[in-house]
Amino acid sequence: MGATIAVNSEDKNTWSGGGNRPFGASYGKMMMWFFIVSDALTFSGFLAAYGLTRFKFIDSWPIADEVFTHFPFLHGVHAPMYYVALMTFILIFSSVTMVLAVDAGHQMKKKKVTIYMFLTIVGGVIFLGSQAWEWKNFIKGSYGAVQTTDGKILQFVTQDGVNEKGEKVFHQVALTDFVVEAHEERVTHTRKNGLWNESGETLPTYSVNEVVSSYNSNADVLIRIEKMDLATKQKIVLSKEEGARYLLNAKQVVEGANLHVNEYGNPIFADFFFFITGFHGFHVFSGVLLNIIIFFNVILGTYERRGHYEMVEKVGLYWHFVDLVWVFVFTFFYLV
Amino acid sequence: MAHAHESNTKRIWMVFAILSVITIVEVIFGIIKPDSLHLTSILGTSPLNWIFIILTLFKAYGITWAFMHMEGEKKWFRRSVVWTAVFLICYIVTLFLIEGGYLFDTLAPLTNWKY
Repeated sequence: MGATIAVNSEDKNTWSGGGNRPFGASYGKMMMWFFIVSDALTFSGFLAAYGLTRFKFIDSWPIADEVFTHFPFLHGVHAPMYYVALMTFILIFSSVTMVLAVDAGHQMKKKKVTIYMFLTIVGGVIFLGSQAWEWKNFIKGSYGAVQTTDGKILQFVTQDGVNEKGEKVFHQVALTDFVVEAHEERVTHTRKNGLWNESGETLPTYSVNEVVSSYNSNADVLIRIEKMDLATKQKIVLSKEEGARYLLNAKQVVEGANLHVNEYGNPIFADFFFFITGFHGFHVFSGVLLNIIIFFNVILGTYERRGHYEMVEKVGLYWHFVDLVWVFVFTFFYLV
Repeated sequence: MAHAHESNTKRIWMVFAILSVITIVEVIFGIIKPDSLHLTSILGTSPLNWIFIILTLFKAYGITWAFMHMEGEKKWFRRSVVWTAVFLICYIVTLFLIEGGYLFDTLAPLTNWKY
């Protein structure tokens, strides 16, 4: 058997490549780098697919500033970008504590490694919590919209006034702000009534009829469509009459976003959001788990006995990679 | 690593400061969106988008070189990782974006926005 194995398997160090150090790097570290290359290609495949889809719908893609506008404890305040920027900081900072742990490991300072590893884990957990909160807001939605029979999203706005360039400025209004309930009979189809063992979708807060009649009776409320005016990069706002014509095709009221419908625009935007940030979040989650394992090994003195803290360095590479991916997700989902 | 035992703490904090400043600049640009950068176009997209992309690549460089310590690896190890990734990513992104643009040109005239 020995002849077919490239490295010396009698040597107890097989896991670390048996002392072979191609490129002067240890086997484990080199393989972590090559894993990172393949994972980077996976992520770029996803982001490239996102780019393709965005280019395909370049004149009707949701504007990120209008989608992600929440900040904790600031209800109703329009705060685009700040929250993701904060998340970016948290992740970069946990990268810093990680690299400080690696640095302390080189100097064999067990206590310092322990503290910095702990801080890294805390940073990762805070990031995961923030991500969950971001998902919650996105799934719950903020304004509500109407979907037409051919799948287009109609949002409701009122005019704020005119800006210095003479363009009309609008802000979105929530359905709850202008829809008057008509007290009509609407029953959620459960497994127990109607078709046996089949349940219908949960009914939104308002019916299409309520939204349409409230739109018609409220002169201030206008409709904004998905299509963008490419000269101003703003979504087009329809006139009152034109909006009423669009509403004739209304199919359902949409609140929030899921894989089928999305009150912010094209459902595929939501699909990519869930998929890419979800896949990244899963990486962060596994990173936190790996960090916890290494953290306990540090406390137990495993690396002290081994004589080096290279394991911290390897898991650190993975952690930095997760940060690196987030930098790109941040740019292409929220900025560009 | 040849210089394994010296401390790089100062440099780490320096890189952190640079990355933070870049992020803050990105966020400021993202919120203000000056018309002269946002509504004009060079090389297929707005100058603002180019600024974001270049700053992002700069951040990626900072993370890879300083935090992941790529600068300390052997030259050809570095190249086997960086060149491979950069080449393949540029390749797939170019093809996908060209295809996306084509889909838009074909699809957009068929999309109904009049009711």
